[in-house]
Amino acid sequence: MPPARLAFDRVACLRGDRLLFEDMSFALGPGEAALLTGPNGAGKSSLMRIAAGLLAPSAGMVEREGGIAFAGEAAALDPRQPLGAALRFWAGFDGAVRGDVETALDRMGIANLAEVPVRMLSTGQRKRAALARVLAGRDGIWLLDEPGNGLDKASLARLGAAMATHRARGGIVLAATHQPLDLDGASEIPLGARR
Amino acid sequence: MNPWGAIILRDLRVAWQGGGALLPLSFFLLVATLFPFAVGPDGPLLAKVGGGALWMAALLAALLPVDRLIAPDAEQGVLDQYAVRGLSDEGVAAAKIAAHWLGFGPPLLLAALPASALLKLDGAVLARLELGLAIGTPALAALGVMTSALTLGLRGAGALAGLVMLPLAVPLLIFGAGALGPQGMGALKLLAAASLLLTAIAPFAAGAAIRAARD
Repeated sequence: MPPARLAFDRVACLRGDRLLFEDMSFALGPGEAALLTGPNGAGKSSLMRIAAGLLAPSAGMVEREGGIAFAGEAAALDPRQPLGAALRFWAGFDGAVRGDVETALDRMGIANLAEVPVRMLSTGQRKRAALARVLAGRDGIWLLDEPGNGLDKASLARLGAAMATHRARGGIVLAATHQPLDLDGASEIPLGARR
Repeated sequence: MNPWGAIILRDLRVAWQGGGALLPLSFFLLVATLFPFAVGPDGPLLAKVGGGALWMAALLAALLPVDRLIAPDAEQGVLDQYAVRGLSDEGVAAAKIAAHWLGFGPPLLLAALPASALLKLDGAVLARLELGLAIGTPALAALGVMTSALTLGLRGAGALAGLVMLPLAVPLLIFGAGALGPQGMGALKLLAAASLLLTAIAPFAAGAAIRAARD
């Protein structure tokens, strides 16, 4: 994995006529992580989408080095396909090799669901499937929007372990969350200080 | 595999699994079956107007799956995942057009054979109809994907799509049906020109619409 880097330089986000945040600056290097916190509507998801390059910042610059794995609200898995096949579709884009998807399923504890169609999965299982998609790729920057939503305790521990392994390999984690996540030494980026 | 090929294969699979690929085809054949009932079993009359009726059926058949071409992918975050992986929206739209045409063009060309028998079209007219459909269906597919992208996220997108797409398809209909006559070569060339123009513009228009809907 090439050294990953994600940096915001005085980024502002204007949605409609509402200024969600401005002068947002931070930089994450290899192995670093940040937690994005704040009330509903503070702009956490917008910031994630700006970081992913899906939304253009209203002002400022975003620098990215390394591939991006984005787990947003939608799982982006074909409802009719078996989970394993749906994940292999994305793994094909991400340059994953044989066995990566199986390993990722195993690490999220859903290896037994590989043959189950995605539409049959529960909310928590679907969330884990989306995280398995992130795990199966080889991207340096992980952008996780509410990764802990709907996860039980054991799955939260698995998520924590996966993020720790990723950082140990020199990856970056940026997670938006309402609940405490197992991210040692992560900096916190609070949003929503302004009215 | 090449990412564009993967997108085309996936869209083809989704179309078949969802039944979306059979829908236009059965609609087309249904029109060809119903038309003689409505007009009456008058052979020469059917042969005269049948070709035009089939062109109209093809046009409306192309409109049927429009609400499933892009909206589900946008809702499920699939388009976002493509974008995060650095695939351009225009490229994705082009791949979707190719997949939509593969799923609907060749089957329509096949279905035109029994349809023309039902409408008593003679061999020469059938040949010109097939040639015209082969030239025109890529543009119909392109228009379908384009309107699907343009109406992304709007309420009543299906009905609106018809209003957006049908006027743009008028040249195809005029030149396609015009090419059925004995002096049809000129119309066929104009059909090819119209089809080329629409097919070339559509990926850019659809890509821009997808990007705008993301905001």
